[in-house]
Amino acid sequence: MIVNENPVAARPAPASNRGIWGWMRQKLFSSPANTVLTVVTGWLLYIGLTPVISWSFIEADWFGSDRSACDGGACWVFITARIEQFIYGFYPEDLRWRVDLVFLQTGLLLLWLMPQSMPGKKWGVIYALSIFPISSFFLLSGGLGLEMVDTHKWGGLMLTLVLALVGIVAALPFGVLLALGRRSEMPVIRFFCTTFIEVWRGVPLITVLFMASVMLPLFVPEEVVFDKLVRALIGIVMFQSAYMAEVVRGGLQAIPRGQYEAAAAMGLGYWKMMRLVILPQALKMVIPGIVNTFIALFKDTSLVLIIGLFDLLAIVQAGLADPKWLGFAIEGYVFAGFVFWFFCFSMSRYSQSLEKRLNTGHKA
Amino acid sequence: MQEKHTMPAPARHYFWNDPDKRALVFQIIVTVAILGLAFVVVENTLSNLEKRGITTGFDFLSQESGFGIIQSLVEYDETHSFGKTFIVGLLNTILVSVLGIILATVVGFLVGVGRLSNNWLVARVCGAYVEIFRNIPLLLQILFWYFAVLRTLPSPRQSLDLYDTFFLNIRGLYIPAPIFQEGAIWIGVALLLAIASVWVIKRWAEQRQLASGKTFPVFYTAAVIVIGLPLLAWFMTGQPVHWEVPALKGFNFRGGYAVIPELCALLIALTLYTASYIAENVRSGIEAVNKGQTEAAFALGLPKSRTMQLVIIPQAMRVIIPPLASQYMNLIKNSSLATAVGYPDLVAVFAGTTLNQTGQAVEIILITMSVYLLMSLLVSLLMNMFNKKMALAER
Repeated sequence: MIVNENPVAARPAPASNRGIWGWMRQKLFSSPANTVLTVVTGWLLYIGLTPVISWSFIEADWFGSDRSACDGGACWVFITARIEQFIYGFYPEDLRWRVDLVFLQTGLLLLWLMPQSMPGKKWGVIYALSIFPISSFFLLSGGLGLEMVDTHKWGGLMLTLVLALVGIVAALPFGVLLALGRRSEMPVIRFFCTTFIEVWRGVPLITVLFMASVMLPLFVPEEVVFDKLVRALIGIVMFQSAYMAEVVRGGLQAIPRGQYEAAAAMGLGYWKMMRLVILPQALKMVIPGIVNTFIALFKDTSLVLIIGLFDLLAIVQAGLADPKWLGFAIEGYVFAGFVFWFFCFSMSRYSQSLEKRLNTGHKA
Repeated sequence: MQEKHTMPAPARHYFWNDPDKRALVFQIIVTVAILGLAFVVVENTLSNLEKRGITTGFDFLSQESGFGIIQSLVEYDETHSFGKTFIVGLLNTILVSVLGIILATVVGFLVGVGRLSNNWLVARVCGAYVEIFRNIPLLLQILFWYFAVLRTLPSPRQSLDLYDTFFLNIRGLYIPAPIFQEGAIWIGVALLLAIASVWVIKRWAEQRQLASGKTFPVFYTAAVIVIGLPLLAWFMTGQPVHWEVPALKGFNFRGGYAVIPELCALLIALTLYTASYIAENVRSGIEAVNKGQTEAAFALGLPKSRTMQLVIIPQAMRVIIPPLASQYMNLIKNSSLATAVGYPDLVAVFAGTTLNQTGQAVEIILITMSVYLLMSLLVSLLMNMFNKKMALAER
């Protein structure tokens, strides 16, 4: 009989996957190939990021009145010295409190409407859709005893926000109508709506803006004169409503047939069915999609630079051509890029959290 | 007491109570309104154009243009017609779109797969890339690459160079160009021959695998044939293709291909921007494949690379292709931002310079818009065909 007298030696304990070393072993150095990848990526990051960080923070100069304040590193003086212009454009200095008031309202409304549970949200929405746009209009452009400010003096971040907010708010109702039209049972309506949507979605925004600025004045009688800003807005709203229509259509399609049938069985007519049953569900479902459209629109507003409006990007671009501040292109673009990035990134994060929160719908 | 229930007399049947008739009337009203609006617009436009002394029609296309274009794929100078400027602009748009689509797809797939990497650092770097480039307006990125990077490069004399073959300076990027001499045609013939034989081998290998289960290394064989056969032809015909390396002559580089900085800036920005979207599509496509598929493949003993190639990618492609098509269309439309840095694309040359020279706003904008519409339709047609090929064969 063969008996192994000696016990088999215990195997070594498996490598720990706990603690910082375990984590690193698992996530960074799990295999030779992975180790090489980690080292190469880390080295590239090191040689790429060190000069960037030292240029933009360590050696940078922040405050001053002219370029003599800068020596080596990033010259953020270019930004800090012109920050008012970047925010307000050429808006008269003594009237800028009016713009501030609009900013304040916008900020308060965001604080009121964005969090999950806030009291009186309904009133917030009503305020945002009635008093806010009207008061903002008069505050920005004047009238009702306020001094008039011509729209060609509008600019900077303020103009960017005006274009994006007006664009999205005006595009929403048109988008809903177009989406309903595209799903209508009337062939003629369906044809017109589908054509409208597909044409605008098939062409670049820049040609739409060209069209709005060059062709629109030809379409109307000579006596009617459109402001440059209004023309750009008309172009943006038409373009945007086509995209909005597709977003809303996605929501309409996701509503189960039973909802339509139940509403019809209750004796609701078409408009009541839409208003009371279908749209409330469909719109809630597509809120993340609407936010994404808004992000796209926010980025697209920078295109008005090409038709000669001074939004944030255009005003930074114009500042770069100032002979007193030549050679600060990188600082200018980085600043404008950071502002756009900040807005878009926070909105996309908000949209993601909404998506999680609203995921109560018809998915099993 | 019992009330007597009687059926109410049926309401008189008015025609507006009939949904079908009501729909018909409504559609007629809408049609009339839209046609009326179109009529008013055309009327206004014609009278406005007349007042401004602009003749309508497409005659201007045959007039002499009188302006030069910095990059043209076909022969062009000031004496050519406005119609020719349209062709030049269109070709430039197609050039940047095709290059952009290829590069963005490659970068996008790499980053998208990288985001799902096991390696924490790589996944984070790819994630940061996507979040940065996706959230900054494309126009800003184009302007950045053009004005902040390429316009600040040194003059030709202090060019940045790579192995004395590639040169980068403020005038653009200079790369070697192939010079074809007599006999070079045989290399092309060899290449075609190689592709044809690869196709035959692929068919044979598929059939053999179906019949016997034996696999054949098609990819490596194909690589050897496609590279080897033209190379062999090159040696046998006496090396008829040379590379012409750009060289500094006087104040500028001669020889090779010169890529203008406008094209470089546009291409870099379009690629990086679109790639960040494609990466997201790729990531969500791969994540959409059920984890059970990976586990089943592992259980069958497939190694990780074969699992990816045979199980995950084919299923992920079905999810990836439709949004990929719309990204390609976006890239084509976004290439129109070229006009901001002066790259002579369709919008810059035709809807820009030609419009300013002739004043034919209506015709030019209409032509430009229809061209973009047509290109969008074409891309969606092609991608639909590809999609059908990849789609699940339902049994």
